[in-house]
Amino acid sequence: MHKLWSKIIGFAALALFLTPQLAAAAGGGGASIVIVADTRGLTGIMAWWASLYNESHLYFALLTVALIPTIGVVFGVVADLVMSHIGIDLKSRELSEH
Amino acid sequence: MDWLYIMMPIAGVKIFWPGLIILGIGVGIIGGFFGMGGAWMVTPGLNILGFPMAFAIGTDIAHMAGKSLISTMRHGKFGNVDYKLGLIMLIGTVVGFEVGAQMIMWLERLGRVDIVVRYMYLVLLAFIAWMVFHDVARKRQKEREAKAAGKPVDALTTGIEWHKTFHKIHIPPMIHLNVAGIYCSAWLPIFVSFLTGWLAGILGIGGGLIRMPSLIYILGCPTHVAVGTDLFEVMISGLYGAATYTFKGRTELVAAIIMLVGASIGAQIGTVATKYIKGYGIRIAFGLAVIGCALSIILKLLAGYFPTHKALFDNTSTVLVLGLVTSLSVYIFLKMLDGAKKEIAAKKGV
Repeated sequence: MHKLWSKIIGFAALALFLTPQLAAAAGGGGASIVIVADTRGLTGIMAWWASLYNESHLYFALLTVALIPTIGVVFGVVADLVMSHIGIDLKSRELSEH
Repeated sequence: MDWLYIMMPIAGVKIFWPGLIILGIGVGIIGGFFGMGGAWMVTPGLNILGFPMAFAIGTDIAHMAGKSLISTMRHGKFGNVDYKLGLIMLIGTVVGFEVGAQMIMWLERLGRVDIVVRYMYLVLLAFIAWMVFHDVARKRQKEREAKAAGKPVDALTTGIEWHKTFHKIHIPPMIHLNVAGIYCSAWLPIFVSFLTGWLAGILGIGGGLIRMPSLIYILGCPTHVAVGTDLFEVMISGLYGAATYTFKGRTELVAAIIMLVGASIGAQIGTVATKYIKGYGIRIAFGLAVIGCALSIILKLLAGYFPTHKALFDNTSTVLVLGLVTSLSVYIFLKMLDGAKKEIAAKKGV
């Protein structure tokens, strides 16, 4: 049963990532915005980032999806360390309702 | 003061970056506390900072995914996330969302539907606000009755108990949701998630505002578990949304990361605050947030009816939303601070 659920969820996730146009409606009309980022005034990582956007929206999207959770985890762990250092118990809470 | 502005590489505009951090902190606190993404709060804030609207929704969703991940991690450690429930609901949410979104596109081709959608949203928000405050009033009434009868007041009592009726539906397969403490038909969470996903798709929102009360009142989750599980859902749908919006060129990752710096702090504060504020405190604050959201929509509708005063209504709506974000986040922060102080003092006393 557990394997079956894993397969269903895995295939559903794969289908969504392989066919993002399925969710086109979520964008409020589904029309793509074709913009070429102006890299002339940019330097360093900003210029690289804008160039990546111009070269491939797909790679840009994949990198964004990889970066967001990574950055989230890093910031989350840092905030955890700070709060634990202050002395707040971050592992339990009292049950205040059923 | 040029250093306070940063060039957005894709949108090509200069943005006041401390404003993004402050906005991130505010919506991070509220999101971590209530278990919602809070797009209705972020969009006016980004608008004020001069962010192009074409990028506002995608950027908001991208930062929301990261913020919800942080909150889910924290809620998970508190035992507030029912992962089994979250995964079951994910199927219904995705299918329901797509059905709703495709339906609204079909309706748009038939004619102008945005006014109808706004009215529908308003009715739904009014219903949620009524439900929350009716629940609070019922709980207080029960407590008064118990006192009058000389019985001890049960601290775990709840006001509205519609979930007990839904739990009587015994269509197989039946499931145990251990973290939420629920035994029900598997079709109940699937149906609830499909319905909330469908509404979110039609209304063009993330859905936390609808899903959180549904988890409490229809499924019968304790408030803290509803918040944590909803954030788990927001995290996954946020990642999916970030992928599709970025693919369509509607995300400014630099802005999302800057907001995430603030939101990571805010999300921790909001999540830890749920330790110190009782379930009904969360429900009351949530009800107030829903009223604020409804008022902002009324002002947007009025702006449509009175075009000569459009600027006035739009500005009032923005001030209202940002005022609500500020006051709620300050309230939650102070409560968290107070609770943490007492906890640390108690530890030192021991």
